[in-house]
Amino acid sequence: MTDLPNANTIAKPRGKARPVKPGEIYGVPGQGDTLWLSILSIIGFFALWWFVTYMGWVKPLFVPSPQAVLKKFFDVVQNGFTNVPFWEHMAVSTLRVFGAFLIACAVGIPLGLAMGMSPVMRGIFDPLIEFYRPIPPLAYLPLMIIWFGIGETSKVLLIFLSVLAPVTLGARAGVKSAAIEQIHAAYSFGATRWQVLWQVIFPSALPEILTAMRIGVGFGWTTLVAAEMVAATEGLGFMVLTASQFLQTSTVIMGIFVIAAIAYGFDMLMRWFERRIVPWKGRM
Amino acid sequence: MALHVDHASVVFPAADRRPPTEALRAIDLTIENDDFVVALGASGCGKSTLLNLIAGFLQPTTGQILLDAHPVQGPGADRSVVFQKHALMPWLNVVDNVAFGLKLQGVPEAARYKVADRFIDLLGLKDFRTAPVYQLSGGMQQRVGIARALTCDPKVLLMDEPLGALDALTRERAQELILTIWNTTHKAVFFITHSVEEALFMGTKLIVMSPRPGRITHRFDLPFSRRFLAGESARHVKASAEFIALREQVLEIIFADEEAAA
Repeated sequence: MTDLPNANTIAKPRGKARPVKPGEIYGVPGQGDTLWLSILSIIGFFALWWFVTYMGWVKPLFVPSPQAVLKKFFDVVQNGFTNVPFWEHMAVSTLRVFGAFLIACAVGIPLGLAMGMSPVMRGIFDPLIEFYRPIPPLAYLPLMIIWFGIGETSKVLLIFLSVLAPVTLGARAGVKSAAIEQIHAAYSFGATRWQVLWQVIFPSALPEILTAMRIGVGFGWTTLVAAEMVAATEGLGFMVLTASQFLQTSTVIMGIFVIAAIAYGFDMLMRWFERRIVPWKGRM
Repeated sequence: MALHVDHASVVFPAADRRPPTEALRAIDLTIENDDFVVALGASGCGKSTLLNLIAGFLQPTTGQILLDAHPVQGPGADRSVVFQKHALMPWLNVVDNVAFGLKLQGVPEAARYKVADRFIDLLGLKDFRTAPVYQLSGGMQQRVGIARALTCDPKVLLMDEPLGALDALTRERAQELILTIWNTTHKAVFFITHSVEEALFMGTKLIVMSPRPGRITHRFDLPFSRRFLAGESARHVKASAEFIALREQVLEIIFADEEAAA
């Protein structure tokens, strides 16, 4: 018996998933709560930032201290930037992004649905959208300015174009979400094509459309700074760019945080909205 | 009311370097009021193709489908379908799912809820009237699907393996429920199943189909559902000598088909 391997050595877990507590499922990738780690990670990041600047290892010109950025924030909130009140910078940028975003949704969602529903529409618009989609907005910014001038139109149009592609493609892909049984069920109750579109396909596509809108508005904020590069006198992107030219690094960092905060806040709102209107997402 | 499948054949065109497939050959079938026709057969025998023909989701290559002497050109409210799964609208609650067909037909809200509530009661869904469908169990969801199909008062009820996804106990209860409802509504039913026992228990007529090409090879008249509806217990019916003898006979046919395929 002694030359037989021991059961414990046979069953020794090598390279197995970790054991789980009741309520968890064995082997689910990435399972577990992350809240405390995330909080710790954020605190750690700020602590490191503060420590590096406190020790004077990096010049404030390159990395100003967290306190300096916070101080700059209150300073700009009180006194404005380039004689324009801070709230106006915020309002202008937010209006540009959300205005362009809303127009892009109003155009992109019906266009995407139409492309999903009709081979004619798909044939016409697919090559056009796929052609311009991968081009960086900065590359066609000069064209926008040549065609539409340096006013508000070219700025909003630039952001609009960057949001349009993901929203359209999301709506188009969403058309495929309706199961053929759902569509057949509607037809067997005497539904018209139009009724099937609005009462079956559109609601089925909503989860994908909402995800596409979240991705789209992210693209919008990404394009904002590019849109405010030329002939802007206000806006958060303008503020960041101008501050960088005057080496006001604390304003640059502050502006980045403000943009991130607005975008994150809106994403939270969209997630809440998603839970409210498509609570069935992924559950049927 | 009568539905005639008149010498219908379906040939799927060649695709992906495969030759054309003859899915159904020369099917003749009549379904009348109060008929509960069950289709049984090895996989690939064309049961679902036949249901799609009757529903109007597919046109026959030759032959025709006649409903009250009018050729079937497409899907319509006179032929409701109960699907195996995934056919409810998760954004609607139970009562709105049941009333969905009436909504599509433009029936005002109060009127359609009145009809829907009748079938919600009939299928024992009263306590779940406003529940979201994605929170219901599979058996409950299937009841919603049946109630929805009944609200439009179809002439023919088409059921494509409606109980296939249910566990054994729920399935037997659902069989009895469907028979009871059929007995109160007197609809013509076309019912597809993989289970020989379910087929024998529920049908008044049984068609056994064979693959390559899909065709009807055997027809039986069945007494068992009437015996259940006359008051005999389901288990007693299924344990009777006639039931078991016929079950073995049908199993024999189906196994022979499966072996011929393998």
